[in-house]
Amino acid sequence: MTTTTGTTDPRTAPGARPTAPALPGLARLAWSRTTYEVVGFFRERDAVVFVFAYPILMLAIFAAAFGSDSEVLPGSGVYFPQYFLPGMVATGVMLSSFQNLAISIAAERDDGTLKRLRSTPLPPTAYFLGKTGQVLLTAGVQTALLLVVAAVVFDVPLPTDAGRWWTFAWVFALGTAAGAVCGVAYSSVPRSGRSASPVVIPVVLVLQFVSGVFFRFDELPTWMQQLASVFPLKWVAQGMRSVFLPDEARALEPAGTWQHGATAAVLAAWFVAALVVGVRTFRWRRRDDG
Amino acid sequence: MATTRAPAVLVEGLHKRYGDKRAVDGLDLRVEHGEIVAVLGPNGAGKTTTVETLEGFRRADSGHVRVLGEDPARAGRAWRSRLGVVLQDNHDLAEVTVGEVVRHVAGFYPAPRDPDQVIDAVGLREKVSTRTRALSGGQRRRLDVALGVVGDPELLFLDEPTTGFDPQARHDFWDLVESVRAQGTTILLTTHYLEEAERLADRVVVVAHGHVVAEGAPADLGGRGARRARVRWTVDGVRHEEATDTPTALVARLAAQVGRPDGEVPGLQVLRPTLEDVYLGLIGGTGTDAHEEAAR
Repeated sequence: MTTTTGTTDPRTAPGARPTAPALPGLARLAWSRTTYEVVGFFRERDAVVFVFAYPILMLAIFAAAFGSDSEVLPGSGVYFPQYFLPGMVATGVMLSSFQNLAISIAAERDDGTLKRLRSTPLPPTAYFLGKTGQVLLTAGVQTALLLVVAAVVFDVPLPTDAGRWWTFAWVFALGTAAGAVCGVAYSSVPRSGRSASPVVIPVVLVLQFVSGVFFRFDELPTWMQQLASVFPLKWVAQGMRSVFLPDEARALEPAGTWQHGATAAVLAAWFVAALVVGVRTFRWRRRDDG
Repeated sequence: MATTRAPAVLVEGLHKRYGDKRAVDGLDLRVEHGEIVAVLGPNGAGKTTTVETLEGFRRADSGHVRVLGEDPARAGRAWRSRLGVVLQDNHDLAEVTVGEVVRHVAGFYPAPRDPDQVIDAVGLREKVSTRTRALSGGQRRRLDVALGVVGDPELLFLDEPTTGFDPQARHDFWDLVESVRAQGTTILLTTHYLEEAERLADRVVVVAHGHVVAEGAPADLGGRGARRARVRWTVDGVRHEEATDTPTALVARLAAQVGRPDGEVPGLQVLRPTLEDVYLGLIGGTGTDAHEEAAR
C-alpha cells in the first residue's frame, strides 16, 4: 500500500498514501451507529424496563384512580383510560426522545465516549443519525406496547380510519424529532454525567403536570395552559387526543378545535430552534476538560 | 536530518494558555515517520495539552502545528482516518463486548485491520465476548490500544497509557507497544515514567513548564556533562569527590597516590548518574525565571 512507483516523487504529496481508499459512506455509518446504540440501550435492563413500563404504569394508575368505567363527560362514551391514553403516548415520546438523549449524551460526554468518537473519522452526522435511529425505534416499540395494553387491558377503542393514523404518524414523528433535538441541546446543561438525571427529570415532570398529561387539560388554570402552550409536550398530547378521542371531545379543548396547524407549527419551531442552539453549543468534551 | 517526507509531527513555537497559566509555552517537537518519541515530564508540564492540540481537540494560541502534513485544527475525516488516538482517561463503553466495539470502530475507517487479528495482538482473545464493564484496568487499556490501531494508523498517540498499572501489567503493555511499532506505526507517547520512556522510545523529549528542556536518545539525555561519573574517596577522614569522564583512570591514579598498602582506596565509590538523576536535574533545574526570560 505504501509502495510508490519510480515516477512518483513522494515530496509532491508529503505523507499521503498513493491510493487512499474511500472513507465509509454516511448511510452505512449511520446504520452501524443505530444498531450499536440500540444494542447498548437494550442491555441497560433497568433503564429499558423503566422507559417501557412507565407510560403503561401511569395509564394503569390514573385509570384506577379515576375509575376505568366512569365517563369523562357524562354521555360522551369516553372513559378515563381512553382520555389518558393520548397523554401517556405523548409522555412516552418525551421520555424516549428528550429525557433519554439529554441524560445519555450528558453521560457520554462525561465518560469520554464523545471524545473518543471525535478522535475517529466517524462524521458527527452519523453519531446523531444513530441517536435518531435509536430514539425512533425505542419510541416506536414503547408506543406500540402502550397501545396494545390500552386496547387489550383497558378496552380503549383504537382508531380504524387512515386519516387518524396519518395524524398519529406526523404528530409522533414531529414530536419525537423535536424532543430529540431538544434533548441534544439540553444535554449541555448538566455539569456532569451524575448530575444529568436530577437536572433533566424535574423538567420532564413539571412539563407533564402543566401539559395536561395527568389531568384534564381544560381544567387546569388558564395561566398554566398558556405556560404549557409554549412547550412541545402540550401540543403532542393535544395532537394525540385528536387521534384517540372522538371528534366530540374537541369541546374539552380550550380552543374548541384540535389546532393541527398550530401543533405542527409549534413542534417545527422547537425542532428548528433546538437544532440551531444544539449545533452551536454542542461540546465533545467535558466542561472541565479545557 | 535529510528526509524525503515531511515529518509525521512538526510543532514550532506552540503556545497555549488557560487564563493566567501558560500550559504550553514555546514548545517545539519533531517526530519522523517510523519513530517512537516519548514526551516525558511531570504532571502539569503541558504534555496532554500538546498532544490534544496535535489530535485536533484544542486550538493553539499561536505556533505552527502540522500532523501528517495537515493543520489539526482544520483537518477532516481523511486525516483522522490516518491517526490512532489513545486518550488519557476514558471510562466509557460499558455494555458492549470487546469484539463488538472493535468491529464497530473498525467500520469507521477506510482500510481497517482485521478486528480479530487486532484482538489477538492486544491479548484480549479470551475476553472477546466480555462486556467492557467487566475488564480490569490493564485489559481496558489494551482495548483502548486495539481501538487506536484497528484503523491501521500511520501515527498513534498514546497519552500516559500505563498510569496506575502494576509492574507486570506495565511490562506486558510495553511488549504490546513494541509489537505495534514493529508494524511500522509511528508513535508519540506521553508519560511521566522515566522507565517507560527509556524502554520504548528512540528519542525522549523532556518537557517542563510548557517547553522542551532536553531531548535525545534515552542514553544521551542531558548531554555528556550530565552523565559524568562521580568518584568519591576518603583521605584522613575527609571525603573527596570528583566528576570525571575517565573514572577508571582516576581510580588507578588514586590507588597509586592514596591507596593503602593492599591497594584499596578508603571509602571508594564510583557513581554513574541514572537517567532518573539526569531527568530530575533537568526538570528541577528549569527555574521559572529562566523560562519566563526565554518567553520574552
